[in-house]
Amino acid sequence: MALSNVLQTPAAGFNFDNAARNAALEGLFDGRTPTPLKTGTTIAGVVFKDGVVLGADTRATSSEVVADKMCAKIHYIAPNMYCCGAGTAADTEKTTDLLSSNLTIFSLNSGRNPRVIMAVNILQDMLYRYHGQIGASLILGGVDCTGNHLYTVGPYGSVDKMPYLSMGSGHLAALGVLEDGYKPDLELDKAKELVCVAIHTGIMSDLGSGNNIDICVITRQGVDYIRPYQVSEYQDKRKTKYKYGPGTTPVLTEKVVPLKLEVVEEAVQPLDTA
Amino acid sequence: ITFGDPGKMRDYHYTGPVEHRFSPYSFNGGTVLAVAGEDFAIVASDTRLSEGYSIHSRDSPKCYKLTDTTVVGCSGFHGDCLTLTKIIDARLKMYKHSNNKTMTSGAIAAMLSTILYGRRFFPYYVYNIIGGLDEHGKGAVYSFDPVGSYQRDTYKAGGSASAMLQPLLDNQIGFKNMEGVQHVPLTQEKAVQLVKDVFISAAERDVYTGDALRVCIITKEGISEQTVPLRKD
Repeated sequence: MALSNVLQTPAAGFNFDNAARNAALEGLFDGRTPTPLKTGTTIAGVVFKDGVVLGADTRATSSEVVADKMCAKIHYIAPNMYCCGAGTAADTEKTTDLLSSNLTIFSLNSGRNPRVIMAVNILQDMLYRYHGQIGASLILGGVDCTGNHLYTVGPYGSVDKMPYLSMGSGHLAALGVLEDGYKPDLELDKAKELVCVAIHTGIMSDLGSGNNIDICVITRQGVDYIRPYQVSEYQDKRKTKYKYGPGTTPVLTEKVVPLKLEVVEEAVQPLDTA
Repeated sequence: ITFGDPGKMRDYHYTGPVEHRFSPYSFNGGTVLAVAGEDFAIVASDTRLSEGYSIHSRDSPKCYKLTDTTVVGCSGFHGDCLTLTKIIDARLKMYKHSNNKTMTSGAIAAMLSTILYGRRFFPYYVYNIIGGLDEHGKGAVYSFDPVGSYQRDTYKAGGSASAMLQPLLDNQIGFKNMEGVQHVPLTQEKAVQLVKDVFISAAERDVYTGDALRVCIITKEGISEQTVPLRKD
């Protein structure tokens, strides 16, 4: 059995396969080409004594309208690595998915746990190759045999390794809190509290961030994905119930088509619900 | 009327040489709503003032009291809102001094239309809605576009979340798109509760709407104000 390729090394140069198709499609949209869903976000990460804490808000906006109030921005990469994504929602989703798949192939092939620096190299390589066309700003955190690591990868392929980071439209608000509160070798509760306050500041100061806060704690022992870590204090306070009784929508015509069913084969499988 | 990109966060993406032009307008967000009842009128607005993805103020209401029976709600570019309300106040005083009486809601609406059209070729970037009582004591709502086209309505929403609020009001007050429902006339309590609920919904989905809601209720007794908190995130 031939060894499957660990990573498909991409063809040299830029890939212009879709250029002709895009030019043709542009004419069909009457000047109003669809805008990609951006997550307009606050994401942050902190390295603490025993590992890494990642945090994110849960609002996804589509040009100033909230599209998703409970969006998951902390993506699984490997059992010891998670990645927060800001920017174009589809790009962060697909890029992290692709990275996760490639690292799984690597683990199976080599029998080793993937290292954080490998994930960062793959991301950087891919994003640079697309010259910023993939709008993904990522914060990758993980624990491997070499220690606890936190990296950020920008949409153009830039990489930074820092003990605390924030990205997204609310990054400046969060960074203020992190700069003030960060100390090396924090305890777990203090680190979670710091990230939570940083994300909360982003939620209050930035219009693109909002709703709940998700936290992900990665240590040698395992991962604690807390979703939501803190639920938004602004819950539904509407007084009146807006319900419609049957008959509110008029029925114009009714057509009943009876389905003629013929029992071909019957198989009963009892479910163990104990 | 298009006023260019409404305060979007700029993408830092180098696409080649770009000509930068100074834009005299800026979009400061905010939603305004007015409802006319049998003997009352309600003008409500949120109090958030924003620009781009930042918040300038959480306490900047957009309802401006003009007379004892008229309130105007202005949203859009805050600079033009302030100047326009100053001009309306001055014109109200001039009318009072020449004619020895206060302007009626209908007269204010007609005047506002001419003021706005006077700047047809460099418009006031303001979406106005006037709410008040007419000469017969009945509720009146007048809605405007930035260059002065106006009409009398029963209810109207304007500003950033107007597209979300208007269909809901059409359904709940106008009984549109429904059948077999009793057309009960709107009471003041029900109208106020509806306005509050509708703004809570708008704050959920529109990033520019939130912080607090200012409700002005206009009756023959005068103008009473209520402030209700909204989402701050």
